Amino acid sequence: MNAPMNMKDARSGQPLAERLVVIGNGMAGCRAVEEVLARDPGRYAVTIFGAEPRVNYNRIMLSPVLAGEKAFDDIVINGPEWYSDNAITLVSGDPVVAIDRTARTVTAKSGRVEPYDRLLIATGSDPFIIPVPGHDLSGVVTFRDLDDVDKMLAAAEAGKANGGGNAVVIGGGLLGLEAAHGLALRGMQVTVVHLMPTLMERQLDEAAGYLLKTELERRGQTIVTGGDTAAILERGGHVAGVRLKDGREFPADIVVMAVGIRPATALAKAAGLEVERGIVVDDHMVTSDPAIIAVGECVQHRGTCYGLVAPLWDMCRALADAATGTPSGYEGSVTSTKLKVSGIDLFSAGDFSGDDGAEDIVMRDASRGVYKRVIVKDGKLVGAVLYGDTADGSWYFDLLKKGEDISAIREGLIFGQAFAQGGALADPNAAVAALSDDAEVCGCNGVSKGKVVGCIMGGAHSLDGVRSACKASASCGSCTGLVESLLALTLGGAVESGPRTLCKCTSFTHDDVRRNIVDKQLKAIPQVMQELHWTTPHGCASCRPALNYYLLCAWPGEYQDEQHSRFVNERMHANIQKDGTYSVVPRMWGGLTNPRELRAIADVVEKYNAPMVKVTGGQRLDIFGIRKEDLPAVWADLNDAGMVSGHAYGKSLRTVKTCVGSEWCRFGTQDSTGLGVKLERMTWGSWMPHKFKIAVSGCPRNCAEATIKDFGVVCVDSGYELHVGGNGGIKVRATDLLCKVETEQEAMDVCAAFIQLYREQAHYLERTAPWIERVGLEHVKAGLFSDPAAVATLAARFRYSQQFMQDDPWARRVAGEDAQLHQHLAEVRPMEIVA
Amino acid sequence: MIGEWLDIGPVDQIAPGNARTLPVRGGEEIAVFHTLDNRFFALVNKCPHKQGPLSQGIVHGNVVTCPLHSWNISLKTGEALGDDKGCVPTIPLKVDAGRIYLLREAVVGKKAA
Ligand SMILES: Cc1cc2nc3c(=O)[nH]c(=O)nc-3n(C[C@H](O)[C@H](O)[C@H](O)COP(=O)(O)OP(=O)(O)OC[C@H]3O[C@@H](n4cnc5c(N)ncnc54)[C@H](O)[C@@H]3O)c2cc1C
Ligand code: HEM
Ligand code: SF4
Ligand code: FES
Repeated sequence: MNAPMNMKDARSGQPLAERLVVIGNGMAGCRAVEEVLARDPGRYAVTIFGAEPRVNYNRIMLSPVLAGEKAFDDIVINGPEWYSDNAITLVSGDPVVAIDRTARTVTAKSGRVEPYDRLLIATGSDPFIIPVPGHDLSGVVTFRDLDDVDKMLAAAEAGKANGGGNAVVIGGGLLGLEAAHGLALRGMQVTVVHLMPTLMERQLDEAAGYLLKTELERRGQTIVTGGDTAAILERGGHVAGVRLKDGREFPADIVVMAVGIRPATALAKAAGLEVERGIVVDDHMVTSDPAIIAVGECVQHRGTCYGLVAPLWDMCRALADAATGTPSGYEGSVTSTKLKVSGIDLFSAGDFSGDDGAEDIVMRDASRGVYKRVIVKDGKLVGAVLYGDTADGSWYFDLLKKGEDISAIREGLIFGQAFAQGGALADPNAAVAALSDDAEVCGCNGVSKGKVVGCIMGGAHSLDGVRSACKASASCGSCTGLVESLLALTLGGAVESGPRTLCKCTSFTHDDVRRNIVDKQLKAIPQVMQELHWTTPHGCASCRPALNYYLLCAWPGEYQDEQHSRFVNERMHANIQKDGTYSVVPRMWGGLTNPRELRAIADVVEKYNAPMVKVTGGQRLDIFGIRKEDLPAVWADLNDAGMVSGHAYGKSLRTVKTCVGSEWCRFGTQDSTGLGVKLERMTWGSWMPHKFKIAVSGCPRNCAEATIKDFGVVCVDSGYELHVGGNGGIKVRATDLLCKVETEQEAMDVCAAFIQLYREQAHYLERTAPWIERVGLEHVKAGLFSDPAAVATLAARFRYSQQFMQDDPWARRVAGEDAQLHQHLAEVRPMEIVA
Repeated sequence: MIGEWLDIGPVDQIAPGNARTLPVRGGEEIAVFHTLDNRFFALVNKCPHKQGPLSQGIVHGNVVTCPLHSWNISLKTGEALGDDKGCVPTIPLKVDAGRIYLLREAVVGKKAA
């Protein structure tokens, strides 16, 4: 009970010590008291109120308790003896419900009234509960204190009877993932539902978030990113599952909400203290009432609220300095994050948003699953994201906090402290020169330094030469820097630059990237970047669209197209014009149309005031001047008349131009119009390296200009001449004759096979004409005809892929897909916002 | 009450790597960007080159590539990067408790030129 010094002096009525009352028996409140006691033990008589019915413990260690790695006793910070030794009155399990600032008293739920001279508010935060239907069902818990852990453990225990039980964690941030990990270790089937596309998006970039997601999935968790919770489902008064807005449902015996925290400010607000997001405090942690101080997650200091412990320690020091008459002042904290999931090393600190003038240094080691990114600005380290190897996290964090000039160690910075501070080793060439001849340079292919140098002396004078001579750096590319150093060392200035790389983010060529995507079964953009050691965190405007296409081509039906990696026209399914409006070209199969289509087009032109309609060179109509907001409505009207997207905007099949052929023309030899329509029905919707045009002429007079198309058919009496690689445009190129076939079916098969060969082999943004000039017509012929089964296999692959591509993108937009791309956020009128 | 900051809604209405637009009565349309690194920026939606709609460009790092002629514009400063010269006004933006705010005077002050 209370120590004598807490009593008032009987004669004078003066307190012997000032009465310090603390609301909140948590991490910050108790640390603040410790700091004060350390400076001036006799100054205050302390009473601590705690809502939780227990002593102070280390809240961050609740995760290991849930995971079964620690027991509650292991995580107690201040046991009962600490309170008694320091004559502190602990009122636990009795929350404070009111503060009376005039009388200087606090009232607890039990009715107990306690007077104070100084009041310390350290109420922490409350977990945020998303107010969806069912949020108050039994079985919906948060993750904040020991009682929550006990509820989760009980659910896991109950689940054991029926094979583990199901848990859904809403929120893929630090807390949610630690909860998910613990529940999984306790035997539950865990699903994490996260609103954003990247896990822990506040701490991680896309690349690291992707690695984390893959690792958690490998461990058996189901990770749903971009999942927006619609409702929590009920069975018999208890939670039964979670439904997302897109209709997906996941069964659950327990639902953990870990979507964020809000500073617990209700008491302070009711007492009339200045409260914004948190309780506003100055640099000495004093609130708007000089008798009341506050500390921890409940405060807002210089506009910032914190959700980690490190800043609390700094705050507590400043608070104790001021409360004991030696004010120092708190200036805010730089924070870093680590995820406490065993076996996953992850660290993030500072600013990794890639400012102007900020420079990214990226190192990836696919074989070890490592991604490291440090951000340097004005000669200083400003941010770091580490995944897979966090050994240097604290060193980077230290450099970051100190803000020292790191120019001198910049070259070796990304390799970590040992390397960067190794003096001479900081020069990469010197480091390579120092390697012994049998040191392994390329781990993937087991190539030693001696062997690489041998190849170089033997005539391999470029990176590509070395790659083909001894395979060094030909697989994952992580040793490219080493091989380049060896080239420089061995040849002096005589290094030949190899073929052009895909873009500045990689040392690989288009062909290398495509080969690796297939060989290594790479199925997502961040995965390609990690496995092939991209030197930038997220690629650039050149490689993102290229990779998106390569993946789409390699994994039809499996790869999820990335809208934001496409050029505007392909994202908006229309052609942007110089005034920012769009033009719309519906498909007219083989250049044929009918009154219904023409009427629909005429109506659209009038309804949306389109300033111009033009007959295109591709035998169809182009409606100009449509605003992005109106596109879905325009498409809906065109869809109603049976028309689909003409893909006039895409790296894809554009048009099939035809002449009237044997149906009408006195020279016609075959039904060129009919074949054109069939070809267009077969090929529409397919994504290609570049745009692709087809034409069919009914006789060699060639009215459809088939010999300047990517694939041209010229009908003759005995069958069909198939031509490839033609181009109009700036550099006109007439087609090469590929072959002659006798039937329509053969013409269709060769067309499908040729397109597939082009899709699989050409570089992104390479039309058929330059492709054929680069690889040679003979190469194309060999690919199609040297093996008698080749046409059939290629055509089958094309048709398989078409199953997934022939899905009118306009109809999907009309049905509401990606609606936000067409809508303004809101409109600003001078005094208001109209959503 | 008219605050200093204009609340334009929750952060999740712009997917990372995308931008959305905000027309301003009697002023310039604004493009609000969400980068892959989860930063938010606001610029006048007009490329300094030939007024291309920057909201429709590909976003990479803190840069948007204009959809019309591929100038690279810094989202942070509004300046054209590389050899290109020009600058588009930026609008101060802050994110607080999951909502996006624009500085009111910068929004309504940007009258059409
Ligand atoms: C599971 C988990 C894992 C975490 N992991 C990490 C980590 O790895 N790294 C990191 O830096 N941070 C981590 N944190 C965050 C860290 O725990 C908090 O930043 C820290 O606990 C905040 O301290 P505080 O004193 O402000 O709040 P708290 O520790 O929450 O203390 C506030 C106390 O006040 C009590 N209280 C509230 N209102 C009243 C009232 N009216 N009357 C009486 N008592 C009241 C509460 O019951 C609580 O006990 C984690 C948090 C959780 C929940
Ligand atoms: C961004 C640049 C370009 C835009 C927006 C554009 C747009 C168009 C459009 C809308 C058509 C009508 C085609 C249809 O009906 O689908 C067309 C036709 C055509 N374009 Fe382009 N084009 C561009 C660049 C080029 C280039 C670089 C070339 C040359 C390589 C080219 C050559 C042609 C030819 C020859 C036609 C007539 C096609 C035919 O007769 O089938 N265009 N273009
Ligand atoms: S290409 Fe031959 S068949 Fe076709 S319209 Fe011209 S002349 Fe007639
Ligand atoms: S208008 Fe933007 S680059 Fe030309």
